[in-house]
Amino acid sequence: MSAVHSLWMEAAGANTASIPAPKIEYGQLSPMLIVFGAALLGILVEAFLPRRRRYGVQVALALTGLIGSFVAVVVLAADGYGTTKSGLLAMGSVALDGPALFLQGVILLAAVVSVLMYAERRLDARVEGVASDAFTAQGAATPGGEQERQATKAGFASTEVYPLTLFAVGGMLLFPAANDLLTMFVALEVFSLPLYLLCALARRRRLLSQEAAVKYFLLGSFASAFFLFGTALLYGYAGTVRLPEIADVISGVAPSTPALANSTQNDALLLIGLAMLAVGLFFKVGAVPFHSWTPDVYQGAPTPVTGFMAAATKVAAFGALLRLFYVAFPGLRWDWRPVMWGVAILTMVVGAILAVTQQDVKRLLAYSSIAHAGFILTGVIATNRQGLGAVLFYLLSYSFVTLGAFAVVTLVRDSKGEATHLSSWAGLGRRSPLVAAVFALFLLAFAGIPLTSGFTGKFAVFQAAAAGGATPLVIVGVLSSAVAAFFYIRVIVLMFFSDPQPGGPAVAVPSVFTGTAIAVGVLVTVGLGVLPQYFLDLASKASMFVR
Amino acid sequence: MSYLLTATCAVPAAGAVLTAALPAGSTEARRRTTKLTALTVSAVTLALAALAAARFKPGGARYQLTESYSWIRSFGISFSLGVDGIGAVLVLLTAVLVPIVMLASWHDADPAPAPDGTSDSATFEGRRRTQGFFALILAVEAMVIVSFLATDVFLFYVFFEAMLIPMYFLIGGFGDRAGGPEAARQRSYAAVKFLLYNLLGGLVMLAAVIGLYVIAQQQGQATFDLQSLTSAIADGKLVIDPTAERALFLGFFFAFAVKAPLWPLHTWLPNAMGESTAGTAVLITAVVDKVGTFAMLRFCLGLFPDASKFFAPAILVLSVIGIIYGALLAVGQKDIKRLIAYASISHFGFIIMGIFAMTSQGQSGATLYMVNHGISTAAWLLVAGFLISRRGSRLIADYGGVQKVAPVLAGTFLIGGLATLSLPGLAPFVSEFLVLVGTFSRYPVIGVIATFGIVLAALYALVLYQRTMTGPVRDGVRGMADLKVRELAVVTPLVALTIFLGVYPKPLTDLVNPAVNDTLSQVHRTDPAPAHPVAGPAGGEQK
Repeated sequence: MSAVHSLWMEAAGANTASIPAPKIEYGQLSPMLIVFGAALLGILVEAFLPRRRRYGVQVALALTGLIGSFVAVVVLAADGYGTTKSGLLAMGSVALDGPALFLQGVILLAAVVSVLMYAERRLDARVEGVASDAFTAQGAATPGGEQERQATKAGFASTEVYPLTLFAVGGMLLFPAANDLLTMFVALEVFSLPLYLLCALARRRRLLSQEAAVKYFLLGSFASAFFLFGTALLYGYAGTVRLPEIADVISGVAPSTPALANSTQNDALLLIGLAMLAVGLFFKVGAVPFHSWTPDVYQGAPTPVTGFMAAATKVAAFGALLRLFYVAFPGLRWDWRPVMWGVAILTMVVGAILAVTQQDVKRLLAYSSIAHAGFILTGVIATNRQGLGAVLFYLLSYSFVTLGAFAVVTLVRDSKGEATHLSSWAGLGRRSPLVAAVFALFLLAFAGIPLTSGFTGKFAVFQAAAAGGATPLVIVGVLSSAVAAFFYIRVIVLMFFSDPQPGGPAVAVPSVFTGTAIAVGVLVTVGLGVLPQYFLDLASKASMFVR
Repeated sequence: MSYLLTATCAVPAAGAVLTAALPAGSTEARRRTTKLTALTVSAVTLALAALAAARFKPGGARYQLTESYSWIRSFGISFSLGVDGIGAVLVLLTAVLVPIVMLASWHDADPAPAPDGTSDSATFEGRRRTQGFFALILAVEAMVIVSFLATDVFLFYVFFEAMLIPMYFLIGGFGDRAGGPEAARQRSYAAVKFLLYNLLGGLVMLAAVIGLYVIAQQQGQATFDLQSLTSAIADGKLVIDPTAERALFLGFFFAFAVKAPLWPLHTWLPNAMGESTAGTAVLITAVVDKVGTFAMLRFCLGLFPDASKFFAPAILVLSVIGIIYGALLAVGQKDIKRLIAYASISHFGFIIMGIFAMTSQGQSGATLYMVNHGISTAAWLLVAGFLISRRGSRLIADYGGVQKVAPVLAGTFLIGGLATLSLPGLAPFVSEFLVLVGTFSRYPVIGVIATFGIVLAALYALVLYQRTMTGPVRDGVRGMADLKVRELAVVTPLVALTIFLGVYPKPLTDLVNPAVNDTLSQVHRTDPAPAHPVAGPAGGEQK
């Protein structure tokens, strides 16, 4: 879309008979193209394959697409596209550089783990002789109605979640790589719309799930509208939507466009536009005061989808936020930093304090994700290369901890499905010490205890923030970490030192899918905690935006 | 490069993993295998620690047997170990106490009958209990030893924090199981209080660690290596402005003061010691808390000499309050283990006072005090634990006349108590005397007030003995068995060490003194010249 847009601009400007064909670097865009291609194939599978064959084919297709795309990312990075050969693609609308490749790699790995959780069919009891996953048999059927019962009995399954997820992943891959505001907006919509749908597809507690989807959709639409309006205002200011060109106009290097003489260089447009873009992105990362959707959506959505959102969406949105502030607005640092300070402090404090009162594991993890968004923001604010590397590393480590934690949540079940109320987790450590120990490991990583990945990440961002002169932020961060530690520990106490309730939940034995997801989470959490050097190097090498 | 120090930390760490992985102990034989494995590992650790101490040359370099491996290059962090005299004696203390604690806790982690009469050995947790307990003790030992040996600030911090987790599970997971749900609630409260206090301290220290690194990085010294940092500070290559230095000092000191604990940050200690098993309580007060006082000496004084001098008077006041306050509260306790906990708070006051008096006697005394307090409190607390396990009550009022039915138990309890009140001839006397002399020569008023702590110590220690051991034999005490062979094996080395180090402390002082003098030179302090001529060379040195 953006390519067409620039085409039109150039054709009008050149005023010649020949229309130049847009140059598209297919090889270098291959990570996204592979994922989108797999998503399209997935739709064909839905249309043409018999129902009973779809599950296997869809899972295989999704995993193949994601892993293929990850291989493409690795190949590009190995070829030096992340460092020396980084550049702009698709006529300047997509950037191929270190941060983009690093974050695309993280998003793809998180998506692979999420798809493994999607594919889990062993946890729930067989309904009418049919193995069931976390998704409803038929999204269109009324919850609790006759049609739903029939669909369940017939063994229907929402296998469309796989192509939907692939589309979302494709959008997420584009989001942190987008080099102009319109491409960024398109990417935002491409990954948001499938997510709204995915949220509504829970098998259990469908009304809660649909409510979550509606809330997410309404608030998300507002956020998108803000983002788009901000784009328009910035175009009015700079006469361009390209991020580097906006930076040039701000710093006065580039001349202003004569056609927009009345509006260019109008600082009100610039600042309001910037604020609106920030609102759109803060919503996606779940920063206070744009966080209110997070607990409801995290609680209502099917848990594998929650894990996917908590990990991949956050990575993509922080990627875009970083590119926006580092590429387009570095010259305005003194204008946006105070606001970012406020948002970061509020996010850390509110996330940590509200989490203390939560009684539901998924809501607790939601508030914890808000607090973590605050910690990551301290790294964003550092506005130095260290800060960028630290944020990249933090996103990598956080994704796998949070995916692992949600994977464990799917295992703890009673007759009504997942038992997410905290009281039913009492004494889990006595009945299932291994599962409880794994969850405790993830909680300790969230709390930032040394020798887990959470500590390394926290140290990296706080160190960068302190080096960038944000010492008060570090102090607030440290104190809110202490508050946050309280509720993580509360769950550990509950699991290990409380007596189990009679009739409490049991831990379902997972199949190889969820087992792998949890094992990957544990390995990454411990690995990045004990031997982080390789990945710190990788993040640091990747921390240079192309302009 | 020798691998001795790495081995000293790696053996208990590997032993912890091995012990945890042993087959579940539903039978007595299986449990015995677990316990013997853990005990063997701790004995090997003791041998390695002794070897390291023997290889250490008191007159040589400050840090010896050094090893260094790159760990996280991006932040200038290395896995660097080195031992100085202070570290050597504390590693020895740890290595000596851990096997003793294991022997004393031999049956503490056996599957106990649940309140409803069923044995919990049917549950997974019940079967794994023994492995868990001994593996956690070994994990704590490994982490404590790394903390004592680390010559990298970040490495120290990592293990200083990480040791909270096994400690937390030791406090919360194992204790008096006959007490029912109320005792379990109290225990989990104590564990959480312990963890939150120490975690808060640790996080404040994290901010200071980051601050130190950022300042060092800005001046081209991007490293966490303690020796590079201290020498850069001494040479003026690394200049920290006074405000920042004070803030960083407070960040470090806060964490160590919580751990030590210093009044008014002490309130977690009586809960944690009261609710845990006697063995765990010894680990807390005699081993883990020593990391706090040790770190004050090594990191606060070494890295922030000027700020240390600046804050020394305030810290001395707090430590004196702690001495008197802890002793007063000990006098008023009804619970034996909480009494010992408050006594320990009073003793930690002495240790911290000795460190910040900044005299060679004071700091040598403080280091000796760490060792002697560890040994004597371990003896006192473990015998108290044997007593409590016989009667099933921690209340002083439930005892009386024990010395008539169990004379050996009563006798060793008396020795532990006498050591606590610093009876001349027993080890703590030497260190307490040195601390008081060292403090008095610079801060006479504070020295005099602290002396009242000794008087109060005599009160709580002797009154405890009188109420529990003398007088008519109480109902619950009648027929109480005297110390068994295993228990004698626990008490004998501790009592022997208490007497030996009381009479002949020279091996320890020889190890400690060079390191203390080095620390003092880092803070540019020399001993104050005596105001009056004194007879003989530096009176009071009990050599």
